[in-house]
Amino acid sequence: MILSALGEQELLKRLTQGALVIRSGPFKFRISSTIENIAQDLDVLYADYPVCNPSEFADFNLALEQGVGVRRWWRRQVRFQFDGLYPFEPLPISHAYPQLEWAMNWCISTQAHFYLMLHSAVIEREGFAAIMPAPPGSGKSTLCAALVNRGWRLLSDELALISLPDQLIFPLARPVGLKNDSIDIIKAYAPNALLNRVTHDTTKGSVSHMKASPDHVNRMNEPAAPRWIVFPKYVKNSPAELTAYSKAHSMLELGRNAFNYSLLGRDGFEILSKVVAKSDCYQLVYSEFDEAVSIFDSLALKAASKD
Amino acid sequence: MPDLLSPVWAAIGDAPPSYTPREWESLLGQARRSGLLARLALHFSDRGWTATIPERVALHMSSALRHVERQKTEVFWEIDQIRKALKNVPTPIVLLKGAAYLFANLPPSKGRIFSDIDIMVDAKKLEDVERALFAAGWISAERDPYNQRYYRQWMHEIPPLRHVTRGTTIDLHHTIAPPTSRFKVDSNLLLQQIRATNANGLFVLGQSDMVLHSAAHLYQEGEFDHALRDLLDMRDLIAHFAAEPDFWPSLLSRAKEIGLEEPLFHALTHVQRLFGLSIPQDTATDLEALRPGRLKNACLGALLREAFRPNHPDCDTASTRLARWLLYVRSHSMRMPLHLLLPHLLRKAFMAHFPPKDPAPNTTQEQ
Repeated sequence: MILSALGEQELLKRLTQGALVIRSGPFKFRISSTIENIAQDLDVLYADYPVCNPSEFADFNLALEQGVGVRRWWRRQVRFQFDGLYPFEPLPISHAYPQLEWAMNWCISTQAHFYLMLHSAVIEREGFAAIMPAPPGSGKSTLCAALVNRGWRLLSDELALISLPDQLIFPLARPVGLKNDSIDIIKAYAPNALLNRVTHDTTKGSVSHMKASPDHVNRMNEPAAPRWIVFPKYVKNSPAELTAYSKAHSMLELGRNAFNYSLLGRDGFEILSKVVAKSDCYQLVYSEFDEAVSIFDSLALKAASKD
Repeated sequence: MPDLLSPVWAAIGDAPPSYTPREWESLLGQARRSGLLARLALHFSDRGWTATIPERVALHMSSALRHVERQKTEVFWEIDQIRKALKNVPTPIVLLKGAAYLFANLPPSKGRIFSDIDIMVDAKKLEDVERALFAAGWISAERDPYNQRYYRQWMHEIPPLRHVTRGTTIDLHHTIAPPTSRFKVDSNLLLQQIRATNANGLFVLGQSDMVLHSAAHLYQEGEFDHALRDLLDMRDLIAHFAAEPDFWPSLLSRAKEIGLEEPLFHALTHVQRLFGLSIPQDTATDLEALRPGRLKNACLGALLREAFRPNHPDCDTASTRLARWLLYVRSHSMRMPLHLLLPHLLRKAFMAHFPPKDPAPNTTQEQ
């Protein structure tokens, strides 16, 4: 069953009773909250995701609670609770939805050490995955959002989940986080894309999430093999240009942008070096989406004709 | 849902416990919250129950095992840095708790999660040690002058020291209980019985003192996030040390000598209740003599019983919350006499409502 089939009443009931279990890629999230607006956002962004029987095992059990004491009524707050812990400071209640998305990422990146987890966007074409690592602010999520609206499949805008035994990358197919100017840029570039309402004044500025295409959600069990590592860089007014990047540097950069590379120790090193060995590594400077997309498309075409 | 965690260790027979999928989820959550997931995984494999673990649960256990393995490597390295930093300070460095179990190669070190590194030195050398650690990059994490003074004047440890680049934390003790508390411990007595480890300059407490420190810590704590872990540590230590015939009598006489009979009595009661620790008959009789007054014992016993449940929403009830709150208040009243405590609590309440202009940085939201 998918979430949209639950209906508004049932969704709200499950959400308040800790009985809402949503699957995203390999993970099941049990989500509970009494904050009214969360159901609306879930209804928009997670309509196509499988919901599981509440009596099933969920990987992560997270709750978005209301503030305590006067904060229940006055300057209301949201507090993320996981296994009885409150990992973050409370936020204003209007930030509840982005807090949920961040909390889901936090659960995965701090607990799922059965994957090598890189801080990267991952997209797929012809069965091949492109890893786009980048420090925040380099436009990786925005470029990822553009590409998945032009024929590339979304695996994740945030987290590359690399399987330890075979280095396949597993999709999460979760909504793509967009912030500030990117929100309008993507709305203009992909008018059919569905975004939820914007939350203003968060630590990242104004944020919104773009719904993943139903087709990508349906294919969230299909992993992809790493084929390219592309470091994107947005440079205003610059023509798009792809240049080869050394594998050694790519490895260092990926390790630096990983969630658990050092935690996995030697295994982390060996798995990451296999990923880099299998991939062509590039730097991409761009300013226009269309130019960047055609560069990505030509990479896919070349790879498809070779194999 | 009940406390699913402690019964896992109490099980006597060979039959593995069986759970519904939802119970597995809760067990995992309770274990994570108590810092016992890796230990749970190792216990299942020690008992030969690995095959009964559902695939998904096993993955999360493997994740926890990887985490503690990595921590172990880091703690060994970090303690080596501490040893190097202190090599010119002529005083024994006594490792406490997790670090001690690791360096003395004791059973509780298996799968144990670390938060900080605890070390103890002779109070007379405290200043030299702090200075040497400062030179090596460990600086006080406490910036508020009132808190600094509070620790240094009344506590058994100085404020945590944090390494400037690595962010690792050392708790530097000069004894194992606050000097103002009812259960103050003369650190000279402890230092007389320390044992050398294989690492030059690093020591651990004597066997009995190790158990007693764990008991004293549990008994005086106001927070219970690691209570089950500490109780399991005690169980594992005792099971290991009890192979020596005079362990039990010497534990009891040592408890009297350093004045920790009451904490020991309570801790043993709960280790026995939760994990089925077996205590030899004559020891049990001697232990009975340590039993505090009946009413007090019954009240405190009941409160601790509630507080030692995993601190997880699945096993939270109004009574666990009340018990934890009462014990929290008690922990303060035990730490210092009322004429010191009341001004301190007032001051803290004031500081909470009117934070200083430049507060210590909170945990930043890493998102």
